[in-house]
Amino acid sequence: MSRADVCVVACAEAFRGDGEILAAGIGGAVTVLGARLARLTFEPDLLTSDGACLLTGDVPALGEAPEVVEGWLPFRDHLWLVLNGRRHVMLGASQIDRHGNTNISCIGDWSRPRAQLLGVRGAPGNTRCDPTSYWIPRHSPRVFVPEVDVVSGVGTDRGAYGLRRVVTDLAVLDLGGPGGTMRLVSAHPGVSVEEVVAATGFELEVPAAVPETRTPTAEELRLLDEVLDPRGLRHREVPEPRAGEAGRARGGGSAGEGGPAREGGPAREGGSPG
Amino acid sequence: MGKVMTVEEVVGRLESGMTIGIGGWGSRRKPMALVRGLLRSPLRDLTIVSYGGPDVGMLCAAGKVRRVVAPFVTLDSIPLEPHFRRARQDGAVEFTEYDEGMFMFGLLAAAHRLPFLPTRAGLGSDVMRVNPHLRTVSSPYEDGEELVAVPALTLDAALVHLNRADRRGNAQYLGPDPYLDDLYVKAAAAAYVSCERLVDTADLLKEGPVHSLLVSRSMVTGVVEAPGGAGFTACEPDYGRDEEAQRRYAETPWEEYVRSEQS
Repeated sequence: MSRADVCVVACAEAFRGDGEILAAGIGGAVTVLGARLARLTFEPDLLTSDGACLLTGDVPALGEAPEVVEGWLPFRDHLWLVLNGRRHVMLGASQIDRHGNTNISCIGDWSRPRAQLLGVRGAPGNTRCDPTSYWIPRHSPRVFVPEVDVVSGVGTDRGAYGLRRVVTDLAVLDLGGPGGTMRLVSAHPGVSVEEVVAATGFELEVPAAVPETRTPTAEELRLLDEVLDPRGLRHREVPEPRAGEAGRARGGGSAGEGGPAREGGPAREGGSPG
Repeated sequence: MGKVMTVEEVVGRLESGMTIGIGGWGSRRKPMALVRGLLRSPLRDLTIVSYGGPDVGMLCAAGKVRRVVAPFVTLDSIPLEPHFRRARQDGAVEFTEYDEGMFMFGLLAAAHRLPFLPTRAGLGSDVMRVNPHLRTVSSPYEDGEELVAVPALTLDAALVHLNRADRRGNAQYLGPDPYLDDLYVKAAAAAYVSCERLVDTADLLKEGPVHSLLVSRSMVTGVVEAPGGAGFTACEPDYGRDEEAQRRYAETPWEEYVRSEQS
């Protein structure tokens, strides 16, 4: 079991109970795998796509074409579905604050940014109209900031429809803290609460007892290794931590770009609306 | 009757300062032959309306653009568009940044000749802050909900690339996704369609089903036959994205890239 496996299962858990809606993992490989793993195990009625316009009847491996197609969802209908709401999207973010406001637009002053990123894409509509979760592949104070530079996805203080959970390479969080603020739900095996707190650039609600994130079952590991990701692409997105690695608070990425834009997150190949 | 034109004839009908919509999505089925025609022209101060890809990047790099209207600019397999990025960071272009769904509603409003369409997308986000021209409306019904009034994205001209067309401007997509190309055409005072191959009207349905006839001649001003005219972006099923050519575009300094394209 690797850290990447734990992260995929934590993303899959975000879709538990969703029923017959589109599970749109568009924040990187781990989010795609999370949606597909949930469908293959505890949430079989979920719809999943090929990353473009096909709703797949089967659940193919990452990067593989489906053998069975059950529906057509061209980009215009993705945009319709966002407004309709029968969609739970798992997005990436270059910055996120304690109310779950996120930024994928640009770093610095919007009128003349220090670093132009993707643009807001579909984040404003997604977060206003659909249940939304986030996947942050590198939990650091560069990403978890007191205030985002541009609000692309809206948080609990700006009318979000429902922010379900934030999964990172260190922990699972939600917006269940006081006033809809971010709360630590569980820390991944081998990660201390102190490490999570130090990697978070704002005050984090930490319950008295923080459980360990659920580890994958044998069947989930088999599905990941043999069916969904035999090439192990998830391990590129979440490298295995080195023993004793800590001090994320002092490390962390190039200025303002510790996020998924650099890593192909929100602009993933497939580029379907998000 | 016949509306067949060259790229140069299409560009000759455009004027500096126009608002031009460009079809496709990211680095998919962009009308690159027409865009390259714009690059060679003396046109400037354009407002470009696009689900942006290398069309936006090239036109920014060539100094053709006063304003970009877009929800994103990306090369898909290369997330960040380098020339758009530079233009924004240098303050060289103005930017109207919309949510993807707002953008579609702007095209839909223009296509239906409505002043605006209401939507929830954008509410609460900084799209409202960075676009001070945006207004909200209250539902006139009992719910009274406040919504964003997305203004019509009315275009002076639309440029799109499809797989097949006839000489009168009926145009057909054969790939899996029409993108929003029909909306650009309907939102524009004049629409120009480039295609991989001109065919006889009677042969259109030999290429694909009736549902693939995306654009009607009644909406089209000019048709250009431009084989490979979406390259290096994807134009399925005729060809996929030329990743090597795209990488060269993204990694080569602009002046050097232009010289290499001319040689």
